[in-house]
Amino acid sequence: MKSAVVVFPGSNREGDVARAIELTSGRKSEMVWHADTSLPKGTDLVVLPGGFSYGDYLRCGAIAARAPIMDAVREHANKGGLVLGICNGFQILCESGLLPGVLARNAKLKFMCREVYLRIERSDTPWSRRYNAGAVIKVPVAHGEGNYLADAETIARLEGEGRVLFRYVSPEGKLDPAWNYNGATNAIAGIMSEKLNVLGLMPHPENHVDPAVGPTDGRGFFESIKAALEAA
Amino acid sequence: MIRNEPKITPELVAQHGLKPDEYERFRNLIGREPSFTELGIVSAMWNEHCSYKSSKVHLRTLPVSAPWVIQGPGENAGVIDIGEGLACVFKMESHNHPSFIEPYQGATTGVGGILRDVFTMGARPVACLNALRFGDPSHPKTRSLVAGVVAGIGGYGNSFGVPTVGGSIGFHSRYDGNILVNAMAVGIAKTDSIFYAKASGVGLPIVYLGSKTGRDGIHGATMASAEFDENSEEKRPTVQVGDPFSEKLLLEACLEIMRKGCVIAIQDMGAAGLTCSAVEMGAKGDLGVTLDLNKVPTREEGMSAYEMMLSESQERMLMVLKPEKEKEAEAIFRKWGLDFAVVGHTTDTLRFIVQHGGDEMANLPIKELGDEAPEYKRPFTEPKKLPVLDPASVPAPSSIGDALKKLIGSPDLCSKRWVWEQYDHLILNNTVQRPGGDAAVIRIENGPRALAMCTDVTPRYCEADPFEGGKQAVAESWRNLTAVGARPLAVTDNLNFGNPERPEIMGQFVGCVRGIGEACRALDFPVVSGNVSLYNETQGRAILPTPTIGGVGIIEDLGKSASLAFKAEGETILLIGETKGWLGQSSYLATVIGKEEGAPPPVDLALEKKNGDLVRALITGKLVTAAHDLSDGGLLVALAEMAMASGIGAKLDAPPAGLPAHAYWFGEDQARYVLTATPANLAAIEARAKATGIILTRIGATKGKELTLPGEHPILVQALHALHESWLPAYMAGPAG
Repeated sequence: MKSAVVVFPGSNREGDVARAIELTSGRKSEMVWHADTSLPKGTDLVVLPGGFSYGDYLRCGAIAARAPIMDAVREHANKGGLVLGICNGFQILCESGLLPGVLARNAKLKFMCREVYLRIERSDTPWSRRYNAGAVIKVPVAHGEGNYLADAETIARLEGEGRVLFRYVSPEGKLDPAWNYNGATNAIAGIMSEKLNVLGLMPHPENHVDPAVGPTDGRGFFESIKAALEAA
Repeated sequence: MIRNEPKITPELVAQHGLKPDEYERFRNLIGREPSFTELGIVSAMWNEHCSYKSSKVHLRTLPVSAPWVIQGPGENAGVIDIGEGLACVFKMESHNHPSFIEPYQGATTGVGGILRDVFTMGARPVACLNALRFGDPSHPKTRSLVAGVVAGIGGYGNSFGVPTVGGSIGFHSRYDGNILVNAMAVGIAKTDSIFYAKASGVGLPIVYLGSKTGRDGIHGATMASAEFDENSEEKRPTVQVGDPFSEKLLLEACLEIMRKGCVIAIQDMGAAGLTCSAVEMGAKGDLGVTLDLNKVPTREEGMSAYEMMLSESQERMLMVLKPEKEKEAEAIFRKWGLDFAVVGHTTDTLRFIVQHGGDEMANLPIKELGDEAPEYKRPFTEPKKLPVLDPASVPAPSSIGDALKKLIGSPDLCSKRWVWEQYDHLILNNTVQRPGGDAAVIRIENGPRALAMCTDVTPRYCEADPFEGGKQAVAESWRNLTAVGARPLAVTDNLNFGNPERPEIMGQFVGCVRGIGEACRALDFPVVSGNVSLYNETQGRAILPTPTIGGVGIIEDLGKSASLAFKAEGETILLIGETKGWLGQSSYLATVIGKEEGAPPPVDLALEKKNGDLVRALITGKLVTAAHDLSDGGLLVALAEMAMASGIGAKLDAPPAGLPAHAYWFGEDQARYVLTATPANLAAIEARAKATGIILTRIGATKGKELTLPGEHPILVQALHALHESWLPAYMAGPAG
């Protein structure tokens, strides 16, 4: 399993995700600078980490989506390689056209850092094979713009094709507006590309992997990726 | 030839915040009339904010050393040795005046400034904390100030990428006209690569790094050295604008050039910008500095020397680089998209020379700019001692349960979740204890060691008795660190007071500093950095004296630390320390009865040390399952917090005979902790307490989902929780002020 974590100016969770990958797979990630034009040879997984790329003073992720490295990321995705965008990374994936829709400001217009409950909608993906479909995990979010929006047709397509992987739910796993704290359409927390190889999600499973710090519900996510890559 | 336009008049001198005698002192020092630029420079160096002219003489009395102190006050931040080759670098600083005028930007630049202070010394910031004070909730401005300050703190820290893990927030009408925003940053560095402001070497290039210089923040430090009046709103242009994105780049670039060994000296441009940073670098190194302002990267055309020297544009640094490494350093800065310009050089003349457009705009003696700043022994009056209240004279509540509900749902004691959920408190993946506990706990590297940190002060106590209040702020910080199992190491202090030219305010200041000094000495808890904010006063009405203490401690093994939540039913609840039922200046008296009266609780420092040392030993010996210090609201509020954090209730024993129930449950006697333990460990714990002569009492047991007090209706923990969580969100959802 060879991971490349792309560092944009203003990325700030690149270390967290690299640490989670190392903790769960034993493998170090390579940090790739945004101005580079190619990925390290043999890259299996590309990660676009959380943060505030270019300060996010424009629409979140809009500038990063046009960074030199993104052509290589697109090519990797087109060849079926795994691409993971977390938080700001999800925003960048949407802005770069690798995933549909946009992430608007949270319904309450405030940045929110808290634990949320996610329902895993299916387990037959590279990202979730270590979870059971329907399982509920607790992981944190930390963002101001995570309110997923897309036109009705896109939403219908995402739902119809089973491309919604994570949804905000109550601790019991029920859809409930009170637990969809950012107001996302259909409580969507994470979606995949048609071939399921590109995933964008707002929550931070990488911050819940280490028993020395807190809960570890996010471990299964990284263990799934590792298992998927080893099986491939 | 120094151009001198406009002409220096007494009015111009007064506008610069200089008193006539201070101006005369400066004139005599340089032996001629200063230029306009020079007047600007001296006003920046000699204002209260930068010169500490009213406070210096008292600050010198504070204990600043210990075997583990690497750098005490006087540098960008304090540095302590935390073992294994690592140092903790930390400081707290106020941004009170700007935050009142423009809360979002005032708060962001407060956070940005303190982060810069920490990474300037070579440390990577690992956590931020803050201490906030706002006016009465009913004051029309309070709600919007809270919203703006909280959004600003979050906006900066979240983007910069440092977890904001703790702090304190209080409300009081005395802050109606002057809110307090004290920001603290904590970083970790290697002990063998700490960087300082002191320049060395003649003829070396002085390099300007970071963002460009604009016209923002001119006279910011002067504003922060004066009272507010009815025209304070007009001071908005003196507030700077923060850019956390640039700061994040600056952090990475600075740490990279430090790692590569390029840096001789480094100083961030904070208050009074280029002026203060250049003078400090030179003066500390016994060198002169010549600056060529034509080389300074500017954001706008036509800036004058005066404007450039006084600009407080953010995210800028000044450095002396090793000449052979200059190219390498420049390439690193260019990579991060930051400005890099050689703007001057060091000299052996001890003069501070500013050139612009071929003219010499200033030529001043560099050492004297700092060393010869005025220093005042301002007159002060000893505060009047208030009588000790007899607990029996304080009215009892309708019921203990109702009083508890009122307290835990009150603005000061309610949950601050609404606030800290707007701060990314988890980034970096080291936050072991999150906001809401006694102290935040941040893992060091991959553990098992960790840092504990907190901010504390009880302004009501300080107002009633500055000396005891100052002691108490330190003792509470020390207790909070102890309650998580940390060994307290050092503090940073942020001393917020009114106008020092009033003897009664100066009396508060002197009393608090004496108290802080006494407590820090007794607890071996030196002051390694700090900041003084005076003139927090509007139209003659001063804030409550608020000497915020930011404490840092070390946990050697996270497996031997504690948190406040009850862990299981059937455990015994223990109270360490003596309960006399002290109600003077208590939260009970203020919140339930509506009075702020009497003397605050005295702090017996020897007892604090003895009790705290036992608690720490019990935690690190893994004999207790939970620990919590007792402070605002006393015993019952502490127990309620332990219950709410866990959902587990408790069955509590009756108060001892002879003490009114409300004094037992809500008294704020100091040096106390609540612990829980499994029955198996009780005998060992009690033997330890007995051996050291410490009062330890079994007061009940964890049980069920309710707090049960003798003679009271059981109180559902869930109901308490709902009350605790409801006040702040409900208040903030109200109409905009």
